[in-house]
Amino acid sequence: MKQTTNKMPMWLRYVINIIVFFVLFGGSTGLVNSSIISTYYTRIIVLCGINMILALSLNIATGYLGQLPLGHAGFMALGAYASAIFMRSVTVSPSAIFPLGILIGGVTAAFVGFLIGIPALRLKGDYLAIITLGFGEIIRVVLLNIDSVLGFKFTYGAASLKNIPKTTNFFNTFLCVAITCFVIHTIMKSRHGRATLAIRDNEIAAEACGINTTYYKTFGFTLSAFFAGVAGALYAGYIGVLSPSAFGFMKSIEILVMVVLGGMGSMIGSIISATALTALPEMLRAFSQYRMIAYSLLLVIVMIFKPTGLMGNYDFSLSSLIGKIGGKSKPKSKTKTKPEKDGETNE
Amino acid sequence: MSKLLPVPSRGMIPERDIESPPVLEAIHLGVDFGGLVAVDDFHLLIGRTEISGLIGPNGAGKTTVFNLLTKVYQPTRGTILLGDKDTAGMNTSQVCRAGIARTFQNIRLFKDMTVAENVMVGLHHDIKYHIPGAIFRVPGYWRQEKAARGKAKDMLSIFNMQDMGDIKAGGLPYGAQRRLEIVRALATDPSILLLDEPAAGMNPSETAELMENITKIRDVYQIAIMLIEHDMKLVMGICEGIAVLNYGKIIAKGTPAEIMSNPVVVEAYLGKKEA
Repeated sequence: MKQTTNKMPMWLRYVINIIVFFVLFGGSTGLVNSSIISTYYTRIIVLCGINMILALSLNIATGYLGQLPLGHAGFMALGAYASAIFMRSVTVSPSAIFPLGILIGGVTAAFVGFLIGIPALRLKGDYLAIITLGFGEIIRVVLLNIDSVLGFKFTYGAASLKNIPKTTNFFNTFLCVAITCFVIHTIMKSRHGRATLAIRDNEIAAEACGINTTYYKTFGFTLSAFFAGVAGALYAGYIGVLSPSAFGFMKSIEILVMVVLGGMGSMIGSIISATALTALPEMLRAFSQYRMIAYSLLLVIVMIFKPTGLMGNYDFSLSSLIGKIGGKSKPKSKTKTKPEKDGETNE
Repeated sequence: MSKLLPVPSRGMIPERDIESPPVLEAIHLGVDFGGLVAVDDFHLLIGRTEISGLIGPNGAGKTTVFNLLTKVYQPTRGTILLGDKDTAGMNTSQVCRAGIARTFQNIRLFKDMTVAENVMVGLHHDIKYHIPGAIFRVPGYWRQEKAARGKAKDMLSIFNMQDMGDIKAGGLPYGAQRRLEIVRALATDPSILLLDEPAAGMNPSETAELMENITKIRDVYQIAIMLIEHDMKLVMGICEGIAVLNYGKIIAKGTPAEIMSNPVVVEAYLGKKEA
């Protein structure tokens, strides 16, 4: 079967994806606004969205770059604090300025990620895991112990940063998830993405192909930190109170579990498992005392029966799905993971 | 500085390349691992379009020489000149961009990527768009990606693999994986291609085909090729110059005929005759 001739033209894929995006966006906005989805569920959905961004961002470093950083919560904390401090300092309407706050969170985390990445990425495997774990802890401990800088009250240390404008809502979370998916997808489907994947598959060969591995590792790590910062900024606006203890080692592990469970290198996998692992503890409330057992058991079962994660390295493609339904073409794993499908999981 | 030193390799450069400057020159090259001298005093001169061979018993240091030339190991001593450029201080990727491409003894493909993508990784520097260009999918992105895909297909057609573009590289049969690795190396637009045991694990008919293809690659791309090989039929069949390595030192250099009748080489391979 000729794949190339039957393939849907690129522009059509884009049109379909954009339409689906607006339909989902409009539809879900309507549902939230008309309170068909209750505030309780909306809050869970928003938390799912934040965790999706976290999982997607760690997936860059783990799934695509093949490294194992264990300090992801540290970048999230940086994004959260940077954004929160900015949001507290502005006097204009917080919701209008929030996109800038998110950006500041992302950029701060990316900058620190870049600085940490340069020395850390010289190491591999277990060593990298430990050094990033160390950096993550440093960030947390610094936030815990420095409550004022030059007399200005900044982070409030262990007393926690309060009165952050609660600007995170369904819409900006949805948009952030969509943008995250879009940016990661477009980068991974380019020469830069290929270089990144080449490093994961075989670093020596990648280098022998003329790829500057240091550059791409640092780039991947920085990008990963950026989106973690974005997620942190959203988290700050969601929870309203920041305490360093929320960004401990366990948070990093939690994010890693989402990525591994979903399948390393699969965006749809990260999205599904982030949703499942966020929603599950809530759904299991009925079995209160057993819920942590059920949660852990689920992880064990998935890892035994599907060690590559729920999705392996399969990626969802809307256009190939439509092609399949229409019987037009047999899609290979030609992916087209566009922002839209996070909306589907959001519902 | 190469001009000042006596040209060490007599008879290594074929007639047609005498006029043009050598593509690669190794001078007094050597590397130590701890106290062990793995390669020492390695001299080599390779002509612009020469096919040369590097042979020697197991453990002689052949792959180490390749690793030195591609800077997987940094040499302890000596100079590597690529054209007229000194490669001192370069790393593997810089050396590759300067014009040395290689394959590996144990195949190193990007197994989770498709065949076409593997070649496109080799074309990495052929494609120019930047990261923002990729995110916003500027027209240049589409144009260059399409051109790269086409070029990858063209290059795969050297080995008749143009229809395998969408297959995962890890799923290819062994021989095809070896061939793909050569195509990927070629895609980096090298001036010299180093092949580390290209015929390992191939059957006689595949080896014969490979011999034809190596010559074809040289003719089409006008590059120098150097290969490590244990298959003497292949080496003697296509190499114009051969260097024999033993215990990290070159023990003989010359044309295939000279090498075959060289008593030192025979001794290295088969041992000394009892007196």
